[in-house]
Amino acid sequence: MDLTTFLIQTLNGVQYGFLLFLVASGLTLIFGIMGIINLAHGAFYMLGAYIVYWLMGYTDNLLIAVLVGLPIMLAVGYLIERFAISYLYDRDHLYQVLLTYGLILIFNELQKIFWGTDFYSVPVPSVLGGSVTLTETQVYPVYRLFISLICMTIAAGMYVLIGRTRLGMMIRAGASNREMAQVLGINIGRVFAIVFSLGAALAAFAGMVGAPISSVYPGMGDQILIISFVVVVIGGIGSIKGAFVGAMLIGLADTFGQVLLPDFASVVVYAVMALVLLWRPQGLFGKA
Amino acid sequence: MSLKAPVTFFLLIAVAGLAVFPHFSDEFYLEFFTHLMVMGIFAMSLDLLIGYTGLVSFGHAAFFGLAGYLLAIVTPQDEAVALWLSLPVCLGGAALAALVIGWFSVRTSGIYFIMITLAFAQMLFYYFNENEALGGSDGIFIFSKPFVGFGDWQIIDLANPTTVYYFVLASLVACYLLLTVMLRAPFGQVIQAIRANEHRTRALGYDTQRYKLVAFVIAGTMAGFAGYLEAVSTGIVSPGHLHWHNSGLVMMHVILGGMGTLYGPILGAFILGLLHDQVQEVTEHWHLVQGVFVIFVVLFLPRGIAGLVGRLFGRPPDLDLEENRVAGEDGNKVDAEPNGERTK
Repeated sequence: MDLTTFLIQTLNGVQYGFLLFLVASGLTLIFGIMGIINLAHGAFYMLGAYIVYWLMGYTDNLLIAVLVGLPIMLAVGYLIERFAISYLYDRDHLYQVLLTYGLILIFNELQKIFWGTDFYSVPVPSVLGGSVTLTETQVYPVYRLFISLICMTIAAGMYVLIGRTRLGMMIRAGASNREMAQVLGINIGRVFAIVFSLGAALAAFAGMVGAPISSVYPGMGDQILIISFVVVVIGGIGSIKGAFVGAMLIGLADTFGQVLLPDFASVVVYAVMALVLLWRPQGLFGKA
Repeated sequence: MSLKAPVTFFLLIAVAGLAVFPHFSDEFYLEFFTHLMVMGIFAMSLDLLIGYTGLVSFGHAAFFGLAGYLLAIVTPQDEAVALWLSLPVCLGGAALAALVIGWFSVRTSGIYFIMITLAFAQMLFYYFNENEALGGSDGIFIFSKPFVGFGDWQIIDLANPTTVYYFVLASLVACYLLLTVMLRAPFGQVIQAIRANEHRTRALGYDTQRYKLVAFVIAGTMAGFAGYLEAVSTGIVSPGHLHWHNSGLVMMHVILGGMGTLYGPILGAFILGLLHDQVQEVTEHWHLVQGVFVIFVVLFLPRGIAGLVGRLFGRPPDLDLEENRVAGEDGNKVDAEPNGERTK
């Protein structure tokens, strides 16, 4: 592998890692703060992609589609938290798994009813359609760089939101001691609803901006969900920093795995997970 | 009032009913019921983990599918392979996989355990899904059924659906009895103690990790046995057997029927299977119905049908589950740090 190919694959890996981070950070936050294992998180990613595909039929403008789509997904997340997840806070993980699994079945079937089983593509916005020239023969699409940039901004925004704002303070208080926070006058139910909706919107956003580079297809949610689980397990459940490191690790491992070990590409990420767990069963940044 | 007598009575009637069923059934329902009984064995094996040991495995389909693929691998193109040879190979393979996956998984608990078992199962799924030599995503046919006999003398013919039906019925009863005996034995008592309170069990001097690993291997092997039977009865193995939707389905069977009872999961497999069969006649959107149904069960019937029966017969509600939640995962934290109340 020459240097340029290495650079391109690294950029691809990092960009994939950023998308994974958007999904995995929501998953890990929802677990860390609310104690909920949410299998339906992948379904939000899928819904985001399909909603953008659907809205692009009306506007042709990805930005508008995303701006219209995000409030829809926030509302979907809010409703699901209120009418399903909120009954599960005191229940065993087993029931959380089953109920959110039931949600997956429903979402996947609704997707089939509305959009069928075809693969769709979403065009890259024309402003970002260009490429950066790396060498005489190799170019790199601007849109992929743009995604990395956007995701980096969001990651930084999350860091500020949780570490520096009043809402972030309430979230952290609720995570470390739910009852005490409630006694101090914080409406924990509302905080949880906000966290869940934000997590849903993040996953959907990843699906929206990712739609132009991967296609939009049935089962895309399942795939991202399981990879996100791997990311979260590697990083340590509940840790955003862990989700970031895990996402980068998996993004790069998957990308280079496909180039270097094409026969075992899909197994590489799980091997990485097994190695990390051998070393630290609680994940890289998890509390024992 | 004890539930033992009515349940035993009901089970005897059910077995008798299943025994005479082939005389009244057409071939479709014969094969369908064979499948349901296989799923019953599969669900029972998962209940050993979820209901008795307190390990929520979300990758149980891995062992089910793996054993089926092993049968396809050891069966030559044009001749049958002996049951005496293929069954130990397939069960051994499933047991080995359960040993490796279990070794990684039982060191963790709670949500980690769920995610890790799921991830490992998906790893196997992708491996078989992309392995073109084994038919890739289409799966692989097993043209000759295993041969049961010595030399040229055949005892039973597994190519005959009715014979397979009775073979599976006998296996179901055998697995049920095996688990019943095992759960009464000291080993079974220890794993149930782990479910109730792992800390106390460890304090009593039991190596709980090892007990959990052994339970995981036994459950994986029995799931492999179910997968072997499924491969024998249908003659095809596909990556779908390993898919996590299959793990989810069997988990539904366990909860719907009632975890922590051995008959519950079998009941769950039959009820959900028959419901599927009926709904399919009306609409093609079975998953929609299934999704709504499972949410309904989680919200209103958490102890499953067995729990409902218990309530109808006036048995006091089983509080094991609540105890387990407090004493299990969170209990670890209480012991680990003085102000560990925080997660509740």
